[in-house]
Amino acid sequence: MTDLLTFTPDGIYCAQGDFYIDPWRPVDRALITHGHADHSRQGMGHYLATHAAAPVMRHRLGDISIDTVGYGETVTRNGVTVSFHPAGHVPGSAQIRLEHKGEVWVCSGDYKTVDDGLSEPFEPVKCHAFITESTFGLPVFNWTPQDILAQQINDWWSANAANGTFSLLGCYALGKAQRLLRTVDPSIGPILTHGAIENTNRVLRGQGIALPDTTLVTPDLDVKANAGALVLATPSALNSTWARRFKPASTAFASGWMALRGVRRRRAADRGFIVSDHADWSGLNDAIGQTGAERIFVTHGYTAVFSKWLNEQGYDAKIVETEFDGETLDQGEPE
Amino acid sequence: MKDFAALFTRVDQTTKTTVKVAAMADYFRTASDDDKLWTIALFSGRRPKRVITTTALREWAAERAGLPLWLFEECYPIVGDLAETISLILPPATGVEDRPLSAWINELKHLSTLDDDARKAGILHAWSILPQIERFLFTKLLTGGFRIGVSQKLMTRALARATDQDEAVLTHKLMGNWTPQTTTWADLIEAEDPTADLSRPYPFYLAYGLENLDELGPTTDWFVDRKWDGIRGQLIVRQGEHHLWSRGEELMTDRFPELAQLKDFLPDGTVLDGEILAFRDEMPLSFNALQTRIGRKTVPKKVLAESPVILMAYDLLEHHGADIRETALKDRRKALELLIKGIPGTAPIRLSPEVSGPTWDALAEERAKSRDLNAEGLMLKRRDSPYLAGRKKGDWWKWKIDPLTVDAVMIYAQAGSGRRANLFTDFTFAVKNGNDLVPFTKAYSGLTDAEFRKITAWVRKNTQQKFGPVRQVPAEHVFEIAFEGIQASPRHKSGIALRFPRMLRWRQDKPVNEINTLDDLKEMLDLYG
Repeated sequence: MTDLLTFTPDGIYCAQGDFYIDPWRPVDRALITHGHADHSRQGMGHYLATHAAAPVMRHRLGDISIDTVGYGETVTRNGVTVSFHPAGHVPGSAQIRLEHKGEVWVCSGDYKTVDDGLSEPFEPVKCHAFITESTFGLPVFNWTPQDILAQQINDWWSANAANGTFSLLGCYALGKAQRLLRTVDPSIGPILTHGAIENTNRVLRGQGIALPDTTLVTPDLDVKANAGALVLATPSALNSTWARRFKPASTAFASGWMALRGVRRRRAADRGFIVSDHADWSGLNDAIGQTGAERIFVTHGYTAVFSKWLNEQGYDAKIVETEFDGETLDQGEPE
Repeated sequence: MKDFAALFTRVDQTTKTTVKVAAMADYFRTASDDDKLWTIALFSGRRPKRVITTTALREWAAERAGLPLWLFEECYPIVGDLAETISLILPPATGVEDRPLSAWINELKHLSTLDDDARKAGILHAWSILPQIERFLFTKLLTGGFRIGVSQKLMTRALARATDQDEAVLTHKLMGNWTPQTTTWADLIEAEDPTADLSRPYPFYLAYGLENLDELGPTTDWFVDRKWDGIRGQLIVRQGEHHLWSRGEELMTDRFPELAQLKDFLPDGTVLDGEILAFRDEMPLSFNALQTRIGRKTVPKKVLAESPVILMAYDLLEHHGADIRETALKDRRKALELLIKGIPGTAPIRLSPEVSGPTWDALAEERAKSRDLNAEGLMLKRRDSPYLAGRKKGDWWKWKIDPLTVDAVMIYAQAGSGRRANLFTDFTFAVKNGNDLVPFTKAYSGLTDAEFRKITAWVRKNTQQKFGPVRQVPAEHVFEIAFEGIQASPRHKSGIALRFPRMLRWRQDKPVNEINTLDDLKEMLDLYG
């Protein structure tokens, strides 16, 4: 029996249903796990995604041909039953489940198992074969619990606000920024946003996601009147001239990579908050265990180490090459 | 150790010097004398002795975390710090207990007296009762390394603020070979006279690289001599004993036994600043000759005969027992000249000759002769200047000659560690030899963080083969490699070894077929080796 999904130069392909999942080259039919740029690319003939993922995709990709489905709803493509299930990564993100003649495969895209208070929480899906990311697939990555994280960020912001210092926080525009907006205590002070983040805020507010009030930073903004504000910006904007108008400032990054002191110091930031929309070590292991799958395909991240570990744990694990980026601090906007 | 961990966190959470100094000063005002003394020791490179091998630590940590050792070993290069890797993989602490820093250091000493099983039990227990940051710091102490982003200079500044003392006086007090076992807070910091300890050196005055020749004014304001290419040394003669200190505050007295006779020629209460040089027929030998003397605790006769050393003296800090660092250089120099004039030429000491020139252009011509004299350039010192402590701008400048350079292509890349973990920063370079490429040096520094990020992304996409942590990449990127010296080396495939190689610039404009050849390097070896 041939595999339900194969890994081709164009992307992850289902021959039986003739469609791709998160393809990186233009194809006719693409099923999309979520709206981040490395999973949802330009140029597909037709897209299929969740209702909640579509607004951001339209915003980023423009006028596309797209159908949307709800979580758990099934559609059939040439005998393959397809459904989308929450991946807990960002709003609208999904694991894509395929079933054909009793064989079940799940392609999880990017996922995290903790409830971030923003995204639809991760739901384990039983399957025979599971395609997992491994962005943080090393035992040194263990995320700070959400309540302690909230306290750390709020303490940092209030201490800065108390002496009129701006709190510059670098984070991704889709998902991380809104998660942080719902984590911080808006009573501490005003919240300013970089354009890339405010655009995404507008899209998510438009689909009914409640976020605290934010002010877009424009050239005529009265910076002094907002002293002590929290400023959310993309990591690249934080290192650019854009950020220099905020003085004095304390800078911080919100990323899973902040678990490593060396990375944090290299960014020359004052603070690093350990927060990621990807699963940490125990999250990955728990998620994989809960699928009941025997065959595991390991995509982007610490693929070699993580698949070796899974094989030692009794799984049949393989590395597959993809063009997904995972979480990176070194570029502007792939997530 | 909670207060020490809090200090570490405050210092580690900022990139601002003022915040670091304030945090340290607060700590020095409130901590116990024992803890303060140990903190000074740790931040000035006086670490407790390592009590356990890192191999054992890795095994125990992996075992405690329930992970195979290979997985631990995979994590280590990514984290870039052994103590941090351990603190990250261990399960959370249970039953936290707070003990002072000095108590934990005493515990280390106690552990070193135990057998392996008891030692392991002691360390596992410590890991189980220390929260993550304290666990990291404790493990840092165990592994013997302690560099955490505060220089000795910043620590001294904070100490000066907390104790209301002059920074230069404190810098002087902290010199020498004390340890927390041999002194107390009161003796080291609060005692009045820093010269009570006969071997204690003065802080070295360090020069900056010359920035702008036009700002220096007339050449007559400046004393100029050669920048000798040896080892900076401070020779102390007090009460019939002599001590030789390196710039890194290492005692080198026994490494250069021929200098012992100088105590017969120099009066008690003399301290000289100078350069230790391998020297023969009134000429310095190349640094390669001195290299055979570095790192040796005892010196075989053969090496002594082949690479005899002298002290090339250029400053006098203590004269007849008096600290004369505040005296103008021109007067210190006069006293130094008189002192050395009385010493026979057979003694291993020389006066660093003044280099004179009526104009800066004339001095530039002198500077151009440096390489032939085995010197690195010229030193420019204001004639009126006192001898300051540490690296200070304005009165002393080094005017170095340009480094030697070759254009080479990168063929291997390896990730760095610590601050550079996860970034490809360690590269191997090759030159052409006919149609082949011959690797000849590695280099780690010289690029900006942005350039390292760019090359890292390229390495990830273009890896041809992996050999453990080393990645082979296509020979596409040309770099200009700068270095200070070249010598023959039978151990290397290329037959040469470079001194202080670094990347001067990334030559994105240069095609690979225009890089230098092995013959070019051999020619340089003949000229400068």
